[in-house]
This record gives sequence, structure tokens and C-alpha cells, in this order.
Amino acid sequence: MTVPFGHVLILAALLFAIGLGSVLARRTLIMILIGVEIMVSAAVLVLVAASAFWQQLDSQLFVLFLLTTTAAEVAIALALVVTLRRRTGTTDADAFSELRG
Amino acid sequence: MEQLLTNIFFYILASAALIATLMSVTRRNPVHAVIYLVMGFFALALIFYLLGAPLIAAWEVIVYAGAIMVLFLFIIMILQLAPQDLPAAAGYGRWLPALLLGGTIAACSVLLIMTDPLASSRLPSFYAAPRAFGQALFTHYALAVEAASLQLLFAAVGAWYIGRPGSRKGAK
Repeated sequence: MTVPFGHVLILAALLFAIGLGSVLARRTLIMILIGVEIMVSAAVLVLVAASAFWQQLDSQLFVLFLLTTTAAEVAIALALVVTLRRRTGTTDADAFSELRG
Repeated sequence: MEQLLTNIFFYILASAALIATLMSVTRRNPVHAVIYLVMGFFALALIFYLLGAPLIAAWEVIVYAGAIMVLFLFIIMILQLAPQDLPAAAGYGRWLPALLLGGTIAACSVLLIMTDPLASSRLPSFYAAPRAFGQALFTHYALAVEAASLQLLFAAVGAWYIGRPGSRKGAK
């Protein structure tokens, strides 16, 4: 593929901004987590493009560790969502403002 | 000719990924959001394949679209999150600052990328063979692989601890 490096980076920047907007604007915990997922996949896109640009494998290997980190983060975050829903009966991020056990 | 075709493919897939992601974050029903995001990840996986990373493309489909998004769907179904149970749609008061901040970051990074001389140079064709990938992974990065497996173990234990049945006692 011979598209300019910058175009791939711009795609990643736009994806990251969309994910950031979702994290900031949505109130449901699930949608906030989806925003985080979008931002991580934008980072993966930058790593893969850098791997092609500099002809090095290492940043593609980094993607593997990013994937395991994301999987771990999602597992714990979704367990938290389930616990919060059990305790308070809602997944509205605005409802969790009490800071007590 | 073939180069031109892959370039056109890239722009089509890039717009598909952007549109699917935008649709995903604006859906009210989380199930629709997850399905749109799966479409976006498929488009992104094809872009990875075009960028010469077939293994990453496969993982994007298997791990992101296959495992993580299905986990999201499971949780949405376990919690029975119907659209009417969710908080009211975010109004201008919530979208405006998010659009402002996200737009600022997007605009600044796009400007920075456009002005960088490196960005206009074209990507050379590259192909990361799975064999070379595996060799590098299990020789140079063997310790990191062990650390990643420990990380997954800790995450599993942590998820079990947070979600254990006994924690229900504290429920109101």
C-alpha cells in the first residue's frame, strides 16, 4: 500500500477523537468503556502504521501486549459494572457520586 | 495498478471505519452501539491487512470483535439494559464540551500531522510474516510474554474477586 503515512495517522487521530468524545459525553458506563476501546484501537492503528513505515516488527509485537492489557482492563471494568449495577440498580455514571462502600 | 487499487481500498475502509465508529458512539441502544463497533473493527482489521500486518488483522477480528465485543454483549444482556432503563440521551450540555475538546484534539493533531514533512512520504510496502513475528515474540520478548500471561491471570482473579457472590451483602 502506498498511501501517505500522514493519512493513516489522521485516520487514527479522528478515531481517537471520536472515542474521547464518547467517553466525555455518554453517561452509560458501557458506552464509556466502548469509547476507551475505540481509543485503544486508534493507538493500535498508529503502531501498525509505524511498523510498516520503518519496516520494523517491534511495534507490531507491541500490539500483542496492548491487546492483553485491553482484555484485562475490559474484564475488570465489566465486573465493576456488574457489581455497581447490583448495588445501585443503575449504570448511569452520574449516579455514582457517594464515595462510600 | 494494483497499488492504486489498494490505495482506493484504504480510503473506502477508512471512511467505513469512521462512519461505523461515529454511528456506534451516537446510538442510544448499547446493543446497536456494539454491533456498529464490530463493523468498525472489521474495517480496521482490513486496513491492518493492507498495512502488512495479517496477524494483527486476525487478532483484531478474533480478540476485539470476537471476544471483547461479545463480552460487552453478554454484560448488556445479563444486566438487561433496555434502552428505556438508560439515562436520558445526552443533550447539548453534554455533547458540546465533548465535541469542543475532541474537535480541538483532532484538529491540532491533524494540523501537526499535515505540517510534518515525514507524513507526506508514502508508506513502503511491508509484510510481517507470521514466522518472523513468532520468532521475535518468543526470543526477544519472551519475558514480556510471561508478564502478559501473569497480567491476564491477575485480571481473571480480580474480575472474580470484584464479581464474587458474597459482595452482594453490601447491596442497599
